[in-house]
Amino acid sequence: MTDNQLTPISADELLTNCQKLKNEDYHIVQICAVRTHDGYELTYSFALGYEMVNLRLSISVDEEIMSISSIFSPAFLYENEILELFGVKIQMINVDYKGNLYRIAAKTPFKD
Amino acid sequence: MSTRSIVPFGPQHPVLPEPIHLDLVLEDERVVEAIPSIGFIHRGLEKLVEKKDFIEYVYVAERICGICSFMHGMGYCEAIEHTMGIEVPDRAKYLRTIWSEMSRIHSHMLWLGLLADAFGFESLFMESWRMREKILDMFEYSTGGRVIFSVNKIGGQRKDMPDDMIADFVRILEGMEKELKALSNTFLNDYAVKSRLEGVGYLTKQQAHDLGAVGPFMRASGINLDTRKTGYAAYASLEFEPIISTVGDSYARTDIRIREIFQSIDLIRQAAAKIPAGEVAVPFKGNPTGEYLMRVEQPRGEAIYYVKGNGTKNLDRMRVRTPTFANIPGLVETLKGCQLADVPILILTIDPCISCTER
Repeated sequence: MTDNQLTPISADELLTNCQKLKNEDYHIVQICAVRTHDGYELTYSFALGYEMVNLRLSISVDEEIMSISSIFSPAFLYENEILELFGVKIQMINVDYKGNLYRIAAKTPFKD
Repeated sequence: MSTRSIVPFGPQHPVLPEPIHLDLVLEDERVVEAIPSIGFIHRGLEKLVEKKDFIEYVYVAERICGICSFMHGMGYCEAIEHTMGIEVPDRAKYLRTIWSEMSRIHSHMLWLGLLADAFGFESLFMESWRMREKILDMFEYSTGGRVIFSVNKIGGQRKDMPDDMIADFVRILEGMEKELKALSNTFLNDYAVKSRLEGVGYLTKQQAHDLGAVGPFMRASGINLDTRKTGYAAYASLEFEPIISTVGDSYARTDIRIREIFQSIDLIRQAAAKIPAGEVAVPFKGNPTGEYLMRVEQPRGEAIYYVKGNGTKNLDRMRVRTPTFANIPGLVETLKGCQLADVPILILTIDPCISCTER
């Protein structure tokens, strides 16, 4: 990520790290999923002014992770997108579209 | 006792050139909640990066949107250039800045026209779009295209602009500046326009921050942030400050965009005075490896381009976080408490670009 800070974390550390950033007044910028050969790589980006920090989470295909929308409410859009396009299993999204954010014919088209 | 009902708004609506849907929960005519949904025209352009090689993909990136076409191409190219360590010639950086600012003027003029059309001020709509045509003519003259320009490439620009053409453009823009002052007077001082915009759809500074709002929508709520200040293209060599307002209503968003048009003319004037002679592109070898997250200030706000290369001609991932996507939570917040009649105007005040969002 070169110019931007990148911190690898585990799924257990996700909410704690997000809460810490929230306490420091960061806001969410985006969540990006990348399909890897054995799972997914999720990058959570947060900004405070011009400064940006990124949390990197690597998970297996079947691993379930918690939504961060209870901490950063706008995350619901990014999480629904990742859920529908990649099939990442995300629990407790504050506004869960249950697969209907995008009206697409193929199920999880970015998974394979 | 008020009656609660749900009114579906969109995806087809006279003020929406592109489809977005909102379920509006109303108490009588007052909106108490809005639930957005998108995805009517999702194209999967990000996935195409696995089929097209990273050089060809510039043409796909340009087609994400017909309004910020140039900036999408440039953002993608700059992200790739960072992963490959390519240093673009200075002249190309200035050309990118000039074409970016022309894109901003044309986008804001288009938006002003749409806004005028939405509240039924047809002559103001026509006047805004008449002036916008001059920018499209300048695009056609300098690139050959009016919507898709195809002048970006990895390593620089495909086309140069002769210095006398740049000087002509500055003269045309300075002429436009005078016409714009008259136009902005109507937008900012006309009684009928003010009555539709003032005090409508407040978003506080804290809400704008917490909800991750971007661009003029965010700056109208008092956040002093403009990604151009990070210094990509030639912005580091130009003098400007983000334009902000502390009011946070629809009028403030209109005011910000009008002032940004004047700012863009000034930036083009500065760039024309400073643009150095020289090459507009450098050759490069190899394929991208590693990843980069590029931030670009589009007319609607900050766009983010994430690229991840694996050393082959196909990238592992290309993602665009568009400004409209980031502004949807803020839009939902501004709708709460408004009257049903104000919903179309409020949707327009984020300057939604659904085709960007449905990349």
